[in-house]
Amino acid sequence: MRRLRRLLRAATRSILKNRMRSLLTSLGVIIGVAAVIVMVGIGAGAQADVEAQISSLGVNSIIIFPERGHSANVSLAAGTQNKLTLDDARRVEEEATLLSGVSPVVRTNAQIVGGSGNWNTHVYGVSPAYLDIRAWKIASGELFTERDVRVKAKVALLGKTIVDELFDGEDPIGEQIRVGKTPFKVIGTLSEKGQSPWGSDYDDVVLVPVTTGLYRLAGGRYISMINVGARSLDESDAAIEEVTEILRNSHRLQPGEEDGFRIYSQADLMETATETQRVMTLLLGAVAAVSLIVGGIGIMNIMLVSVTERTREIGIRLAVGARSSDVLAQFLTESVVLSLIGGAIGTALAYTVTHILNNVVGMTTVVRPSVVFLAFGFAGAIGVFFGYYPARKAALLNPIDALRHE
Amino acid sequence: MSSVIETRGITKDYVVGEMIVRALRGVDFEVTAGEFVAIMGASGSGKSTLMNVLGCLDKPTSGDYFLDGTDVSGLTRDQYADIRNQRLGFVFQTYNLLARTSALDNVELPLFYDHSSRIENPRASAIEALERVGLADRLDHEPNELSGGQQQRVAIARALVNRPAIILADEPTGNLDSRTSVDVMSVFQDLNDQGITILLVTHEPDIAEYTRRIIVMRDGRIVGDRPVHDRRNAKKNLEAMPDADDLYLKDDPTYEGLVRP
Ligand SMILES: Nc1ncnc2c1ncn2[C@@H]1O[C@H](COP(=O)(O)OP(=O)(O)OP(=O)(O)O)[C@@H](O)[C@H]1O
Ligand SMILES: [Mg+2]
Repeated sequence: MRRLRRLLRAATRSILKNRMRSLLTSLGVIIGVAAVIVMVGIGAGAQADVEAQISSLGVNSIIIFPERGHSANVSLAAGTQNKLTLDDARRVEEEATLLSGVSPVVRTNAQIVGGSGNWNTHVYGVSPAYLDIRAWKIASGELFTERDVRVKAKVALLGKTIVDELFDGEDPIGEQIRVGKTPFKVIGTLSEKGQSPWGSDYDDVVLVPVTTGLYRLAGGRYISMINVGARSLDESDAAIEEVTEILRNSHRLQPGEEDGFRIYSQADLMETATETQRVMTLLLGAVAAVSLIVGGIGIMNIMLVSVTERTREIGIRLAVGARSSDVLAQFLTESVVLSLIGGAIGTALAYTVTHILNNVVGMTTVVRPSVVFLAFGFAGAIGVFFGYYPARKAALLNPIDALRHE
Repeated sequence: MSSVIETRGITKDYVVGEMIVRALRGVDFEVTAGEFVAIMGASGSGKSTLMNVLGCLDKPTSGDYFLDGTDVSGLTRDQYADIRNQRLGFVFQTYNLLARTSALDNVELPLFYDHSSRIENPRASAIEALERVGLADRLDHEPNELSGGQQQRVAIARALVNRPAIILADEPTGNLDSRTSVDVMSVFQDLNDQGITILLVTHEPDIAEYTRRIIVMRDGRIVGDRPVHDRRNAKKNLEAMPDADDLYLKDDPTYEGLVRP
């Protein structure tokens, strides 16, 4: 205990005596620690953003696409089994027990004209259940009804971007628009949903009844996909199995035959997106690690430059009777103290920077204690290593050789 | 009287590239307690090498070294360190003080590493050592704030502070002017009078005359060993010596008027 106090006192004295060297050494640690914490914080912040975004899209949403590229398989009746129909959607709706809603989706691109201009956009034919499945809200007006679907009503809901582009943000309800050549009546607008994690604009969309979309716009027999919602995230996998079974029956597939359709769940997408973000966090972390290493090299340089002076100093200490272990304990204490101080300042700096990023710049950063410990530990280790290693070499020399060091 | 230092056939070889430099080629000699020995000899004759071996700063290539009757050749590094710390004091030609460190802290340094804790109050002992070399008024000065002679006194105080039985000094006056050299010799004479055994290396015959025994080395061997019959007294000589500025100013015609009105 007394020995430790003495060592600490000697270390502090030595640090204060060599102010410049101490400052430069801890600067390496400071920059290293701060860079790692901030970089990883930014990465983790972006990840949190994406997660929040994705769950706002309806976490339980499951999408069934027809599989493409199977028409060459002649054993299938003219490739029809690769397509999805309204019938398929109806059977899923009737037979499934684990779903909160089912909506067939017909997707087309069309030029729409109305209000003050025209605009090329996506037109989705859906059933009324679609909005709940996607956790989407009506901003004004109202949703079309099952009756609208039955009679192929020419009514439309507009996304925020369309409202802005065609009506300059004015309320368009009751207005007429043309989708392609077909006139539609606007009965509602959708609340703003923002960008998808992949950068496309969710609000650049027109929703119409699925039958209207299929027969009046797409003019076909096949729908683009079926979008269903699982009752809960936990039941997502079971729901996917159930839907697969229903569709295989509907298509009269024998065991061993391929599905002919593919199923994605929002949970999967979220995993993918999170995975992508994790990779990004890792990349940022790698950049940070590089700055840590650069900081470490800085520390090493300072230590190596002062090694002659240090070696002679160690020679003096050995000559007056210090044991090697005395000198080592002393220099170890000194570099630990320096690294701790540097690490503490670096952490404080990192918190200040992330605070500014969050509150002034408006970014999201998430500082995890584990990262702080990691950065602290790593920078500290570098500082200690390069402070200690040259000292160790010197302490193991003959006193006279250490004194003669040039 | 018992011998405090005894060497038998000490050799020291340095390997420089392909060449082997035989710095010591078998040194046998004895020093008894309380002696004051000057080691002389041409440059390169092995004086420093011998001092480093005697000071346990370096190990001989072969031969035996008995310190106070015990053979130190087989000791560990830590035991060597403890011998340097507790039984020997070493004074270097180049002082070797810690930079940016006060005289007091420099002198206290050996006590910091004293594992025996023989000395109760390190600070007081350091102050006392500085008083013994006449530097009581320079405790807080750092080496760059001291003259060469003062720095050498600090170094001597550091060698003293652990109350060693032997002090080894390698050309302690090598960097000092003649007056300051005599000054430093008077410090050594005092210490010797107090019973400390002293070995010092010097090139200057008149410095050697302040000791009691002169050993001469050549080519790594001792070639001469004689007592000093008529030891000079440093303190007395110092009083007789004119101040350096007196010497200089005496030739100046305005000397009277300038210095002592
Ligand atoms: N570290 C070393 N490596 C190689 N050779 C050395 C080393 N130290 C001393 N020598 C050689 O050993 C011999 C003796 O050197 P030493 O320093 O003991 O001489 P010295 O008598 O002290 O000389 P001086 O009066 O000039 O100080 C010299 O020939 C020198 O070149
Ligand atoms: Mg020499």
